[in-house]
Amino acid sequence: MKKSGFKAWLYLLPAFIFLAVFMIYPLVDVVIYSLEEGYSFTSQQSLGVGLYNFSKVLRDPMFLQALKNTFLMVIITVPISTGLSLLIAYGLSSIKKLQELFQTIYFLPYVTNTLAVGMVFMILFNDTEHSAGLVSAIIRFFGGAGVNFIKGPYWAKMFVLCFYTIWIVMPFKILILTSARASVNPNFYKAAKVDGASNAKIFFKITLPMISPTLFYLIITGFIGAFKAYSDAVALFGTDLNAEGMNTIVGYVYDKLYGSGGGYPSYASAAALILFSIVLTITVINLIIRRKKVIY
Amino acid sequence: MKVVLDHLTKRFPNRNKKIKTEVVAVDDFNFEIPDGKLVGLLGPSGCGKSTALNLICGLETPTKGKVFFGEEDVTEYPPERRGVGMVFQNYALYPHMTVRENIIFPLTNLKGNNKLTKEEMNARAEKAASLVQISELMERKPSEMSGGQQQRVAIARALVKTPRVLLLDEPLSNLDARLRLQTREEIRKIQKETGVTTIFVTHDQEEAMSISDLIIVMKLGRVQQIGAPQEVYDEPVNLFVAKFLGTPAINVFSGNVSGGRLYIGDKCVLETEGARDGKVYVGIRPEGFVPDAEGPFESKLLRVEVMGRDITVVSEHELAENPTVRSIVSAENRIDVTSETVRFTLKPNKVFLFDAETEERVFFKAE
Repeated sequence: MKKSGFKAWLYLLPAFIFLAVFMIYPLVDVVIYSLEEGYSFTSQQSLGVGLYNFSKVLRDPMFLQALKNTFLMVIITVPISTGLSLLIAYGLSSIKKLQELFQTIYFLPYVTNTLAVGMVFMILFNDTEHSAGLVSAIIRFFGGAGVNFIKGPYWAKMFVLCFYTIWIVMPFKILILTSARASVNPNFYKAAKVDGASNAKIFFKITLPMISPTLFYLIITGFIGAFKAYSDAVALFGTDLNAEGMNTIVGYVYDKLYGSGGGYPSYASAAALILFSIVLTITVINLIIRRKKVIY
Repeated sequence: MKVVLDHLTKRFPNRNKKIKTEVVAVDDFNFEIPDGKLVGLLGPSGCGKSTALNLICGLETPTKGKVFFGEEDVTEYPPERRGVGMVFQNYALYPHMTVRENIIFPLTNLKGNNKLTKEEMNARAEKAASLVQISELMERKPSEMSGGQQQRVAIARALVKTPRVLLLDEPLSNLDARLRLQTREEIRKIQKETGVTTIFVTHDQEEAMSISDLIIVMKLGRVQQIGAPQEVYDEPVNLFVAKFLGTPAINVFSGNVSGGRLYIGDKCVLETEGARDGKVYVGIRPEGFVPDAEGPFESKLLRVEVMGRDITVVSEHELAENPTVRSIVSAENRIDVTSETVRFTLKPNKVFLFDAETEERVFFKAE
């Protein structure tokens, strides 16, 4: 027994070493950075130890803006993208003709480069003196006033960011939900039909509970993904996100490390840990709900 | 409620799209299932029996023909309007619902005047549950129950809205041997108690014979024979039916009828007055052999299997379709195990002749 225990540890060692070097050590390091006041890379020294970095970050208006942006994005995009994906997945599995073609079309955004898509969105939503984007042109056609979604008011920018994020994350969700729905034994539907259940009832009472584990998985990963958003904002608004007022928490962390106002690893670490604790809290809440909503 | 099938036909396009010919799953079904009977649809896999059940249930629409429940034409009705209860092969119990919720589910779909209150639904569910003896399991999830218990829940769910016709698709195939025996008795009992016309599909002839009032033997989408189990066993209309029913299976030999006598090889084994001359298949039920030292039928003795009440004599005959011939004789007979050969006389009513070309029954006068 004892020998095999030793062997098991030996087999685990390579993975453990990698995890320790690339996961555990940096994590510990980030915690240390976040507690060291006024640490600088160049001098490799700090003024003392305390929670100063956290209070500084939490009072930084740029961080608060980033926090607000991130929360708005999460709250808007996760429910909408998941709900829409569910509808589309349901539609996709209901149609008979050209099903594979439509599945491919809906999956295309997934294999498209995010920055390229961002450029397309910029062209679509832009509205300057020289060129009007398609969206503004359409609004004008119906008698409205054109809006510059890229450089215009906050709500317009947030709208484009959410639109873009939803568009980018949906293909994966559609794919997962389509296969989840396909894996439900067709006999359940037959049984429900014989029992006289309407299509809506079959969807809400049979399909939805049966694919709920997948749905929860998508919601949790959706939350985590949206909280970690950064590249989406860069693709639309460029790298100077603070000037645009469209920064995200991850963007803030990056700025504090390497951005124009950078060189503050302690602030960056503190912000990263705040993000970590938010994501952790949300995930735990999700898991608790999931356990309460007894899925078979 | 009697069920009448009138020229019922179902064709499917071939799965391989390059093949243009259609697959005929159910070919021109014409029969009437009397009210309150338990009927077994019996056939090898792929013979279209499940399709036939789906046509009766309404999950499939026929290519041609009609389905009547009583005098009512239900061909165009969707399943929920037909008033059928169905038990699926894997039970199809909703895994996220408790037993109670599963049983109540069909009742929650009732509309208009048929709508029930919560109390009425519960009462009906309790009644259905007690009928199949699962009253104490009402709050469990399907995953917390054995296969046999799940089966009962499925039956309760099918019965709870008092269907006009109860349909069971291979109801016993997911159960182990002991449970299967028990459950088939149970199904028979429940059917007797409720008096609901019941049709069940099976590939197991023993299962069908043991509990059915009527069996319908199918092959490749066509009905071969309909009748009471004993009747079909005693008077099979063709070689397929004869071979499909009975354990151990019937022994088949190639033979010849000439001048009212049946020859297997060059030995005359039976007087078959009235049978026309020509090549035939000879089917002899295992119980049709009587050990007789002077008997006309001789085969090479392989071994004797003692079963207690009776003995199975396993022998070998060169003209048999299967290399071994199984005959069941009473244990009172003493078979000389050391002997090279064994001789029998044949019981004429256990011997069937089938035309070598058409495989249809050739009748003769048995004394």
